[in-house]
Amino acid sequence: MTRGIIGYGAHVPYYRLQRSAIGAALGAGGGKGTRAVASYDEDATSMSVEAARAALRSFDAPTPAAVYFTSSTPPYLDKTNANAIHAALNYPSDVTAVDMAGSIRSTVGAVTAALHDRRPVLVTAADVRTGRPGSSDEAQLGDAGAAVMIGSDDDAPVIAEWIGSASATREFLDRWRAPGWNYSRVWEERFGESVYKPLVAEVATKIFKDTELSAADVDKVVVSGLHARSVRSAAGAAGVGAAPMAEDLTQAIGMTGSAHSLLALANVLDTAQPHETIMLITLADGCDVSIFQTTDAIADYTAANPVAAQIAEGNDGLDYATFLTWRGFLDREPPRRPDPIPPAGPPSERNVEWKFALIGSRDRSTGAVHLPPQRVSVKGGAVDDMEMVPMADVEATVATYTIDRLAFSPSPPTIAVVIDFDGGGRFTSELTDADPDDVAIGLRVRMTFRNTLTADGVQNYFWKATPIR
Amino acid sequence: MGSHGIKDQVAIVGMGCTEFGEHFDRSIEDMIIEAAHAAYDSAGIEQDDVDAFWFGTLGSGTSGLTISKPLKIDYKPVTRVENMCATGSEAFRNAAYAVASGAFDMVVAIGAEKLKDNGMSGLVGAQLPDDGTKTNITAPASFSLLAPAYGEKYGVDRDTMKEVMTRIAWKNHFNGARNPRAQFQKEVSTETICNAPLVAGDLGIFDCSGVSDGAAAAVLVRAEDAHKYCDNPLYVKALAFTSGPGAGPLDSDYDYTTFNEVSRCAQDAYEQAGVTDPRAEIAMAEVHDCFTPTELVLMEDLQFSKRGEGWEDVLAATFDLDGELPVNPDGGLKSFGHPIGASGLRMLFECWLQLRKEAPEDRQILSVDKGKTLAMTHNLGGRPGECVSFAAIVGSELG
Repeated sequence: MTRGIIGYGAHVPYYRLQRSAIGAALGAGGGKGTRAVASYDEDATSMSVEAARAALRSFDAPTPAAVYFTSSTPPYLDKTNANAIHAALNYPSDVTAVDMAGSIRSTVGAVTAALHDRRPVLVTAADVRTGRPGSSDEAQLGDAGAAVMIGSDDDAPVIAEWIGSASATREFLDRWRAPGWNYSRVWEERFGESVYKPLVAEVATKIFKDTELSAADVDKVVVSGLHARSVRSAAGAAGVGAAPMAEDLTQAIGMTGSAHSLLALANVLDTAQPHETIMLITLADGCDVSIFQTTDAIADYTAANPVAAQIAEGNDGLDYATFLTWRGFLDREPPRRPDPIPPAGPPSERNVEWKFALIGSRDRSTGAVHLPPQRVSVKGGAVDDMEMVPMADVEATVATYTIDRLAFSPSPPTIAVVIDFDGGGRFTSELTDADPDDVAIGLRVRMTFRNTLTADGVQNYFWKATPIR
Repeated sequence: MGSHGIKDQVAIVGMGCTEFGEHFDRSIEDMIIEAAHAAYDSAGIEQDDVDAFWFGTLGSGTSGLTISKPLKIDYKPVTRVENMCATGSEAFRNAAYAVASGAFDMVVAIGAEKLKDNGMSGLVGAQLPDDGTKTNITAPASFSLLAPAYGEKYGVDRDTMKEVMTRIAWKNHFNGARNPRAQFQKEVSTETICNAPLVAGDLGIFDCSGVSDGAAAAVLVRAEDAHKYCDNPLYVKALAFTSGPGAGPLDSDYDYTTFNEVSRCAQDAYEQAGVTDPRAEIAMAEVHDCFTPTELVLMEDLQFSKRGEGWEDVLAATFDLDGELPVNPDGGLKSFGHPIGASGLRMLFECWLQLRKEAPEDRQILSVDKGKTLAMTHNLGGRPGECVSFAAIVGSELG
């Protein structure tokens, strides 16, 4: 049976930092281009949800057997981050949710496990990459999420068939980060390259032998890794230096860690024609190569939110001080207001469909939609005659709004909007990824999954409105 | 079934009210003692003459012990009530019903709040454990939602809306400058108000009521007993209260240009009192001007202005101290300050002064001399679309 990619999606955050802003502030460093910056209310989990939603809007997706979340910047330890993604996508309880988190290579592990499965599996990968002010990591890395659903033809049409994979592992000290650090350390770059290069050659030889393909058959090479020098030399080491290289996206958004290989692959698939052979090389504490071939079905696949479009709509007006504040490198004076309190466990669990999946209730007799779900209808007062109604993908219009300069926010001022959903339903929401000048009565918005605050280590996930751009 | 009211059954025979402000030198107990004894003295009674107490505070204490301990109440019933910003009014309403029922001969309603001990900006409410899905929106922000919605509906441009809001703040500061108990006893120019730093939406700091400490109290008896204590009592003409379904945040039919709770509550009050033309019949009104757009919308909900015309009446000085219908002659929440539990009783205190012609000369309204005998107080708690509302009408004459 044909197995491979049946769907994919990406989430590139709205904000960009111009690398030149770093040099302007610090007197050195930075460079050219921009890096993608997760908003203050985004993290690896929320960006995974957004990437998965972009995927699920693109095809007739089956319910997967499992959700694998991979990240080198997981918001929680001990607690499984994938559960929030599972809840946001409103999957039933028999869908397994598992984290494969900590190192960049986890994404390879999740995709490999999914490919070797027989059931549909959703893999999400996302990172919020930080580096100390003035560091290369700060400038060159970026934040994003990506998602792929791996399955077989009886789940949904396979758009990129899995041809084969090969892997090589060797213990060596290249890049590391102790738990709790918000920056990484790296060994001398040439040392890493001396280890990566033979590993790349080894897996290339093996995969061409196993798949009976040759370098000449490869139409596009995607190379991803945090070791920039080895990434540049990898295609040559693999013997595919003559094949077209996929866009590495780093100039516009930076190298996005765990998400990057899938993000770059998504970008290739966005414009791929049937019967293209794509070689995906990942350098992360070893070398992993997979080969996919696009099928006829890719002609019918339309990405709901292509990577290039998301890159194009980015806002590069983010100032460096705000960037540092969002990432916790600048401890700013808060308003003279009480500290935010975390959501409580029992009500969050009772209301999990509402809180995580934005599911409201609709009065069966009058059609009135209630957000949050109500037991007694606001129209007519019918009791317990409601059906659940998912609202996350419904667009809405701003009825009135305000700019709240007093409310606590990591990025004041807060914009609050009263929104009316198409087809019924009203909610008062925060407007995110927007400036006060963007908001007006009549503004069209869509909902986005965010981390609204962190208190006592609890990540408060909920939905916000954002302008449709 | 029906709301019948208790018109002319209950009388106020004494009132007391502290100064409102940042009383860093006074505790909640100090203010309760001050307000209660001012009310007792005003009625010419002793505390032991009082048969029962109603005490309103939002969060400056729990239970009747909050007043019975400092006042050393001699084992009498004390009911503690809370209904958000209408808390003081709620204490008064329930106290009045107790007298009207015949259960007690004399009762006292006390409202008090200590807000300035927490060191925070603005109001700080107790937050119950929840699922973290309520949008984090402060009180000024939620009331500022009224301004763009009102402007949009009635075609009032943003600059004119700002002018209307500024006019309301200017008026309430003008009135407060003539009130020795007010938190802000200072006139403020429209330029200063208009150019003040923004707090939320188009609301600047002068569009927001004062956060303050204070207490107020009233002594109530049956109307037929009133003259035993007082030559010129006030009679309760109407007491109305509404708590609605909170439909605003749920129902797209709500347009953020009105408080449905207030409209319903006011209509009930007018029916109880037999008032058919509020703008013409009422001498003055104390209304819940927590933020300036609130006062604008209230002018329409209380039927002082036609829908969509409140802003013109504001600019035409209709509600000024010397206007056709003075609104918040004591400076209102804006200028007098808003110690939550005390505010409803503070509003009644102004009616007490004005209808009895005991207000300072430079603040005494002229409508009383023209034979108007009714005054109104209005309180709301919550936010647009989901609030509680109280309305009272008191009068200096029976019948």
